[in-house]
Amino acid sequence: MTDAAQPNRLPAGGAIQGLIDRDRLLAFTFDGKVYAGHAGDTLASALIAAGVKLIGRSFKYHRPRGIFSAGPEEPNALVELRTGARREPNTRATTIELYDGLEAASQNRWPSLAFDILAVNQIASPLFVGGFYYKTFMWPASFWEKVYEPLIRRAAGLGRASEYPDPDRYEKAYAFCDVLVIGSGPAGLAAALAAGRSGARVILCEDDARLGGRLLGERQTIDDAPAHLFAAAASDELGSLPDVCVMSRTQVFGAYDDGVYGALERVADHMTAPAAGVPRQRLWRIAAKRCVNAMGATERPIVFGGNDRPGVMLASAVRTYLNRFGVLPGRKPVVFTTNDDGWKTVADLAAAGAQVEAVVDPRASVDETLTKAAAAAGARVLLGGRIVDVAGDARGVTSAVVSAGGKRQVFAADLVAVSGGWNPQVALTTHRGGKPRWSEALSTFVPGDLPDGMAVTGAANGDFGLAESLRGGSAAGAAAAAACGFSATPAPQPRAEDEPAAVVPLWHVDGGRYKAFVDLQNDVTAGDIALAHAEGFRSIEHLKRYTTLGMATDQGKTSNLNGHAMMAALTGQAMSDVGTTLSRPPHQPVAIGAFAGHHRGRHFRPTRHVPGHAWAIENGAVMVEAGPWLRPQYFPRPGEKDWLASVVREVRTVRSSVGVCDVSTLGRIDIRGRDAATFLDRVYINTFSTLPVGKARYGVMLREDGFVMDDGTTSRFGDDHYVMSTTTANAAKVMQHLEFCHQALWPELDVAMVSVTEQWSQYAVAGPKARELLAQLYGSDVDLSNDALPYMGCREISLRGITTRLFRISFSGELAYELAAPARHGAAVLEDLMALCDTFGGCPYGTEAQSVMRIEKGHVAGNELNGQTVARDLGLGRMMSTKKDYIGRVMADRPALVAPDRPTLVGIRPVEKGRRLTAGAHILPGGAAAVAASDQGYVTSVAYSPALEGWIGLALVVNGPTRHGERVRAYDAVRNNDQDVTICAPVFVDPEGVRLRG
Amino acid sequence: MRIPCPFCGVRDITEFTYLGDASLSQRPDPASPDAAKRFHEYVHLRDNPAGLHDELWYHGGGCRSWLTVTRNTRTHAIEDAKLTRASKSRAATP
Repeated sequence: MTDAAQPNRLPAGGAIQGLIDRDRLLAFTFDGKVYAGHAGDTLASALIAAGVKLIGRSFKYHRPRGIFSAGPEEPNALVELRTGARREPNTRATTIELYDGLEAASQNRWPSLAFDILAVNQIASPLFVGGFYYKTFMWPASFWEKVYEPLIRRAAGLGRASEYPDPDRYEKAYAFCDVLVIGSGPAGLAAALAAGRSGARVILCEDDARLGGRLLGERQTIDDAPAHLFAAAASDELGSLPDVCVMSRTQVFGAYDDGVYGALERVADHMTAPAAGVPRQRLWRIAAKRCVNAMGATERPIVFGGNDRPGVMLASAVRTYLNRFGVLPGRKPVVFTTNDDGWKTVADLAAAGAQVEAVVDPRASVDETLTKAAAAAGARVLLGGRIVDVAGDARGVTSAVVSAGGKRQVFAADLVAVSGGWNPQVALTTHRGGKPRWSEALSTFVPGDLPDGMAVTGAANGDFGLAESLRGGSAAGAAAAAACGFSATPAPQPRAEDEPAAVVPLWHVDGGRYKAFVDLQNDVTAGDIALAHAEGFRSIEHLKRYTTLGMATDQGKTSNLNGHAMMAALTGQAMSDVGTTLSRPPHQPVAIGAFAGHHRGRHFRPTRHVPGHAWAIENGAVMVEAGPWLRPQYFPRPGEKDWLASVVREVRTVRSSVGVCDVSTLGRIDIRGRDAATFLDRVYINTFSTLPVGKARYGVMLREDGFVMDDGTTSRFGDDHYVMSTTTANAAKVMQHLEFCHQALWPELDVAMVSVTEQWSQYAVAGPKARELLAQLYGSDVDLSNDALPYMGCREISLRGITTRLFRISFSGELAYELAAPARHGAAVLEDLMALCDTFGGCPYGTEAQSVMRIEKGHVAGNELNGQTVARDLGLGRMMSTKKDYIGRVMADRPALVAPDRPTLVGIRPVEKGRRLTAGAHILPGGAAAVAASDQGYVTSVAYSPALEGWIGLALVVNGPTRHGERVRAYDAVRNNDQDVTICAPVFVDPEGVRLRG
Repeated sequence: MRIPCPFCGVRDITEFTYLGDASLSQRPDPASPDAAKRFHEYVHLRDNPAGLHDELWYHGGGCRSWLTVTRNTRTHAIEDAKLTRASKSRAATP
C-alpha cells in the first residue's frame, strides 16, 4: 500500500521495509511545503519518500542538485535548518534526524529553487573556471568593489547564517577511559564488546543516532539473522556493562597529542529547540589510553558527464535508503560499479520492486555469481562498459548513455547508482602527522603511521569483509584492553561471511557531452583539473588552491581521491608518489559555539566578587571590571548630573573628611621562611632585609630584561614573615614569577609563599578623620597615635576577637590606613566601617576617585607600568639599590635604558584653563608639526582635579624633569584634541607629604 | 597534550603555563666581568631545536611547581617531566 504523501515509501510487510518506526508520523516543511515522514528517518530519506529530488542549487553554476549520499560525506543536499535565531546554514539533509515540526529551506537559489535565474552562470562558465578569481573580473579595477564583488557574492555561496545571537547553550566536558572505540559498525561493535567484556573502561562514540553503521544499510546476516539485529543486541549488551559508556550522536572530529580526542555530542540537534537547561551541543575532550579507530569507509563516486544531476547517487546510499529507511530512490535505476560490492545494489533494488535497467562494470569479466544474480533481477549486464553521460534536468535524471563493446546505448533511467570502490576514513590517523599509504589492491589510501595508542580496524583499515571486520574488531578491542591491563577469554566469533570485494580503479570517464564534476560542492569539473595541469598547478596542494578542490564544507570526502588520481594520470605519476593533501581537525564541521562553550559574553571568563560586593550593589555603586574582579567605580547620589559630579564629591569628601574604598582585589602574597628577607632583596630593586618588623615599604620589581614588572607595598610582620601586595592586574603573574625565582633560580633559599588575596578583605580608610574613625571602630584600648602607628607602620590588632591587620599606608596622599580582615568577616567589617564613616560625614569612594587622587599625588599605576618603562622613567631610579643584585639589575643598565633623553614622568596642565586633557595624546615641542619625527612622548593618565579645579595629567616626556614650566603641544588625533599644555612636577597636591604623616 | 606532573600525575595541558627554554633556570653570575653579555644571551637568545627540548612549565592549576619538561618539538611527545628545583639541587651537588 503506497501512501499518497510518501509515494516512494516501501510498503510495510514487503521484502524490504526499513528500520523506521511507521507508527510515529512526523510532519516537516521544506521550502514552506508540508511533508510527512517517520521516526527514524533523516530529512533526506523523508524527502526521497515524498518524491522530492531537487534539494539545492550548486555553489558556482547554480546547477540543480539532489541527494548524493546517505551520510556525513554529503556534498549536495545542504539546507538551511530551522528559522530565525536558530537558522543554521549548510546542514546536510543526510545527517539531520527528522523531528516533528522540522523546518528546512533550500539554499543558493534565486528567486526560487525550481527557477533559478543565476543558472545562466553555466553559460558564462568560462568565467568561472579553476582559478577564476585570479583571472576574471580584474578589469577595470574600479569595478571590483561596486560591481564584481556584489555580483560574485550573490552568485556564489551556500546558506545564509542567522543574523541573531545564538539563543542556545553549549557545554564543554571531559572524559577519561581505557579504550575509546570510534564508530559502531561491525568492527567497532566487536571491538567495544571485546574490550567491555574484559572490564576495561570503554567509551564508544557513534556519529549516528543509532548503532550499527553499515549493518543498518545492508541485507547481510550475522549468526543467520539480519545483521541489524546483531547491532541491536550488541547495543543492549554494551548498555548493560557498567564500565562501558555508549555515546551516540557523537562525532569524534580530531586526534590530538597524548591520546586526547575531540568529540562533539549533538545533544539537542534532533529537536526543534533544546529543553530548558539542556545544551544544544557538548564538546568533549576524551583522554584515552588506547583507541580503536573503526570509522569505516566512504564510497567513492566516478566522474562522468552529468554526474551531478539529481538522481545520481552513491550505490551504498541507495542500499541504505532501501534497507534502513524503506524508501525507493528510483524506479528505473542503472547501476555503474567498478567493484563487486556495487553489484549488491542490483539485488536490493529488485527486491524493493525497482526495474533495474542495466548494471555497468568496466571490468571485462566478474565473478559469475554476480552476473547470475543480476540477470535474475532482470538487469542488462554490460561488462567492459562505462557510463559516459547522464541526461536530465531540474526534475532529475532521465537517461544514461553507456559505452560498451565499442558502441553507445541510451537507457531511460531515473536513478544512477554509482560505486568506484571504498576509501577508508584515514583522517583521524593523519591528524598528528601520519601519512596514509597507497594500496594498489584496493585502489585507495589506507592508514600509514598511526598515532601512539591508536589501532585501526575494519573498513577504516581497508578490511571490507563483514567476517573480517568482526574478527579484526574483536582482536583490536581485546588487544587495546590488554594493553591497559584487562583480559578476558575470547567469546566465540559470530558467524558471518566475507562477500566478494574485488575492485578496479576508474576515476573518470572521458568523452561525455555534459560537464563532469569532481568536487560537487565546490563545482570543480574534470575540465578544471586539466586546466590546472595545463597551467602548471600540478602538485596536489597547488591543485587544491587553484581549483578549490576539497575546500568546501565536506573537505573533499567524495572528491579528493578522484581529483588527485586524475592529476596523477595527467602527470604520469604513481599515486604512491602523489600522496594526499594534509588533513587537520575537525574531520567534520564543528560550530564555533561549541568550541566557545560557556565562555560567551559576561561568561567569557569568571567574574570575581569581593566580600563587600553585595554592600556596594545595595549602595548604588556603578561597578567596573578590574582584572578578573568587579569593583565599585563610583557611588552616584541623587541630583548628581554625571559620573564626574559623583567622583568630584567623593574626592572632596576624602580630602576634607574621610572615605572608605574597597581594595580587596589587590594581590596579597604571604611570604615566610628564614630566607624570606634575602628572597625579597633579590626580587625587589630596593632592600627589604633592613625593614623593621612592624613596618611597610613601597617596592618595585623588574623583569629580568630591566623593565618594571609590578609595584606594591610589602610589610614585615616578623623576622621570617612578610606580606607582599601586588597590583590587581598582576597578582597571578607576580605569584608565578616569585615561584619561578624560588624554584628555578634559588631553590636553596628557605622560603615559602602562598597567595592570600582571597583570604583577606582590605579597606582603605583615608582622610583627615581616618584616625578618629578607626579609633571608634577599635575602641579606646587601641592606641592609634602617630607614635604607636606612624606613617608606614603596620600592626596586627584584634577587633572584637578577630585578628585584623592595620597598615598606615596612603595611595590618596591623605592620612590613611588600610584595614585587612579575614575574608569571612569582610562584609561585616565593611558595614561597621561605613556606619561610622556616615557619622563623620564621610562616604564610600570607588576606583575613579582613587585614580584622581593618585594622579594628584603623582603615583604611578597600570598606565605608567606599561611594560615599556624602567624605574628611572617613573622617577623611581633612586630606589635601585647599588649594594646588592636583584632581578633585572644587569639589564636595566643597558645604555638605551639609562639614556638621559628617555621619556620620563612629568605632570601636565592645560594652558587654557578648564580645557579637558585626554590620555594617549602625543607630546610635541611647542609649535612643532604633528609628525612622528617631532614626537617627544605621550600622556599616560588624566583626571579632573577637584583640588586644582582643572584637568591634570601625567606624561612620559623626553628629558621631562628638566623641562618643568615649558609649554608643549599635546596632540591627540584619535580623540580630536589638540592643545598646548605646561609641563610641571608630577605631584599636584601636598608635595611635601604633610597630610599623610599627620 | 598531557604532562606527567611528579606531584599530581598526568594532567591536562590547560592546567599549565609555558615559559620556554629550561636554560632560563641557569641565571648568569651577575658579578662576572662579562655579566652584561651573559645576561643579554640569557634573556634574549634561545635554542629552537627540532627534536628534544628541555623547557619550563608552571603547574599553576595544580601544585604550583615549576617543571622541567623534555618534549620532542616535532611530535609533542613528552619524554620526561621533573621538578625544576630538584634538577637544580642535583646540578648544585657535584
